[in-house]
Amino acid sequence: MNSLILRTAAQYLLPIMLLFSVFLLLRGHQEPGGGFVGGLVASAALILYAIGYDTAALRQVLRCDPRMLIGVGLSVALVSGLVALLNGQPFLTGQWVSWSVPGIGEIDVGTPLLFDVGVYIVVLGVNLTITLSLLEQ
Amino acid sequence: METVLAVVAGGLFAAAFYLMLRRSLVKLVIGLVLLSHAANLAIFTIGGLTRANAPIVALGKMQPDLPTADPLPQALILTAIVISFGVTAFAVVLLQRAYQAVGSDDLDKMNTTDT
Amino acid sequence: MNTLLVLPILIPLATATVATLSWRKPALDRWLGLLGAAALLGVSIALLWRVRAEGIQAVQVGAWPAPYGITLVADLFAAIMVLLAGLMGLSVAVYSLVSIDRGREVFGYYPLLHVLLAGVCGAFLTGDLFNLYVWFEVMLIASFVLLTLGGERAQLEGAIKYVTLNLLSSAVFLTAVAILYGVTGTLNMADLHNKLATVPAGVTTTVAMLFLITFGIKAAVFPLFFWLPASYHTPPVAVSAIFAGLLTKVGVYALIRVFTLLFLQNPAYTHTLLLWIAGLTMITGVLGAIAQHEFRRVLSFHIVSQIGYMIMGLALFGLSASTPLAAFSLAASIFYIAHHIVVKTNLFLVSGIAHQLRGSYELKDLGGLASRPALAILFLVPALSLAGLPPLSGFFAKLSLIQAAFGGRYFAIAAVALTVSLLTLYSMTKIWIEAFWKPAPSANNGQNAVRDKYHPVLLVPVSALALITLLIGLSAGPVFDLSVEAAQQLQDPRGYLTAVLGETAENQKRFEHDARASLSSPSAASVEVWPRAGDRP
Repeated sequence: MNSLILRTAAQYLLPIMLLFSVFLLLRGHQEPGGGFVGGLVASAALILYAIGYDTAALRQVLRCDPRMLIGVGLSVALVSGLVALLNGQPFLTGQWVSWSVPGIGEIDVGTPLLFDVGVYIVVLGVNLTITLSLLEQ
Repeated sequence: METVLAVVAGGLFAAAFYLMLRRSLVKLVIGLVLLSHAANLAIFTIGGLTRANAPIVALGKMQPDLPTADPLPQALILTAIVISFGVTAFAVVLLQRAYQAVGSDDLDKMNTTDT
Repeated sequence: MNTLLVLPILIPLATATVATLSWRKPALDRWLGLLGAAALLGVSIALLWRVRAEGIQAVQVGAWPAPYGITLVADLFAAIMVLLAGLMGLSVAVYSLVSIDRGREVFGYYPLLHVLLAGVCGAFLTGDLFNLYVWFEVMLIASFVLLTLGGERAQLEGAIKYVTLNLLSSAVFLTAVAILYGVTGTLNMADLHNKLATVPAGVTTTVAMLFLITFGIKAAVFPLFFWLPASYHTPPVAVSAIFAGLLTKVGVYALIRVFTLLFLQNPAYTHTLLLWIAGLTMITGVLGAIAQHEFRRVLSFHIVSQIGYMIMGLALFGLSASTPLAAFSLAASIFYIAHHIVVKTNLFLVSGIAHQLRGSYELKDLGGLASRPALAILFLVPALSLAGLPPLSGFFAKLSLIQAAFGGRYFAIAAVALTVSLLTLYSMTKIWIEAFWKPAPSANNGQNAVRDKYHPVLLVPVSALALITLLIGLSAGPVFDLSVEAAQQLQDPRGYLTAVLGETAENQKRFEHDARASLSSPSAASVEVWPRAGDRP
């Protein structure tokens, strides 16, 4: 599509929406949000970019094949479950560490967050794979 | 309120089946989308509609503020939505490829594999 | 804590993940796929061993206690099914090494195959109805893509029917789950077994019918099977073979699970209906097969016909409740499933070899294959076993089913089963005469590439499966004993309930105690709904 307005908008929306998607991802542990929604927002941003410019531009922004993202995301999610097995607990049991950050205080970081990051990447990869295969024919 | 939502879910089911029985591929996919919405709405309604607090125990308390809502139906629906999202995306791609291969969106023309 | 139970799901998923990462290198993917499938088979043998030695195994995923979290549970029936899935996975992985074209490999054939296996194993092992739905969907999405991979017109047309009916079944599944949750407030199958006892019979029968439709579509029983013969003959033969071996059997497994554990309140209605469905499925399937003249279509219709036998055992189980005959009927069903999975996958794989030799699946274009004695014997073993000739596995499977029918004085269904098995023999003879005995058509109409040779690796899984068919037939006694043990576990669910729930009241108390401990402990920095698993002793 050749629209100056869409292109200009996509250029500015892309970073904002990507930031927002990360915000949603991190918010997901205690409040509405999470990896799936975050991944959806991120893929919406990138698809908007692909529609404004073209798919080649999107591939340039991505720097890797979206199918690779599926694999990376799956392995991240899988590893988050495997950590529990190393500690001798059932698969997917949440493992936590407390982390004190100066200025913010105690932060709990755990495998559920890692799992959500995996979901985020998988959703992004799946959406982009499907959309690119539809756009590129 | 349950009655209204039950009727809406029933209406969605009816619309979905009507669309799926049509011969057009596009209507078939819309029918499938409505069908999953109908099922999700059914879970939501049957799970019980109550105006209540989130079932989260606040810091330093022994139990959540009663009455609490049942969080499980929403978890089920969320999972079902994610799945139906993926499946619908696949169905749209399939529809488009089938349309290109057959050159028509008439389901009656897609009978070469039937027996 | 029982890692062995998670491995049949984890191994295929991990294989799929690594294979996705290396999708640019098909050669690496191929060997990864083989390695993953072999590991799955190894783990499934270990699991069956453990379950037989130590009884039913259960694990609470994420350490959430039983009725609240997701339980994985392996009784003998589930362990047998996982073993069969591992066996078919390995056979098809070997067969795929030389039979899948590069285009499909690059597009992700191997990851999808293993996601499919993960879905199948997950469905066998889960103890939670909603989780069963999720595994069904994992399996379905992988099968959708496998079915359409390559994008030929026939594949796409078949896929539309396959996708539509399976999505319909998923929606019905969700609705049934919703009603069940509304009535009982739980979805854990062991917990449901306890809570359904107090639910009015009318409600349970209604829900049972919804589940019958759901799993009936997936298992391809009588009025709901039309998607199967319309789609199974379209993808590459390795895909057809794994579909034929495993997918419908997951439906049958789910039917057996819910109609033995959950819905036994009104067997005079539900299981009589199942008996009718069984008879009609057998007849329509075999009649459809007789009318066909294409190798894989004949086999597809035979899948439908054979599903009838498996349902027949389940129906007889319900109708002769809690007698030794009931366990015997169910054992016959389980034996039949094991026999059928091996034989049917094998027949599809043989049809692939015939296709490599003659370039066609149409019986009229085939012929003269009897000049290859090895191939001829490798076809005859599963074909005659399917028809039920002694001393092959199919004979004992059918014998025990018919014994069960006679024992319960259901002579009509026994007559149907015998007639259908005769017609099966007719239809196998048809393939034998057309594809093997008749001289090769001299003037091949030029469209089909006749290679007149096939890759010898293809023979490896085919002969292995034929050997297993022979072994099941020759050691029918021990195998049937195993099936009887599995059936007894299904008949008397106390072992299953204890494995999943523990002592229910005690479990409940411990859970509440943990919740308090975690909340009052100073380490609970954040607001938490449930306890963290790490705090549990």
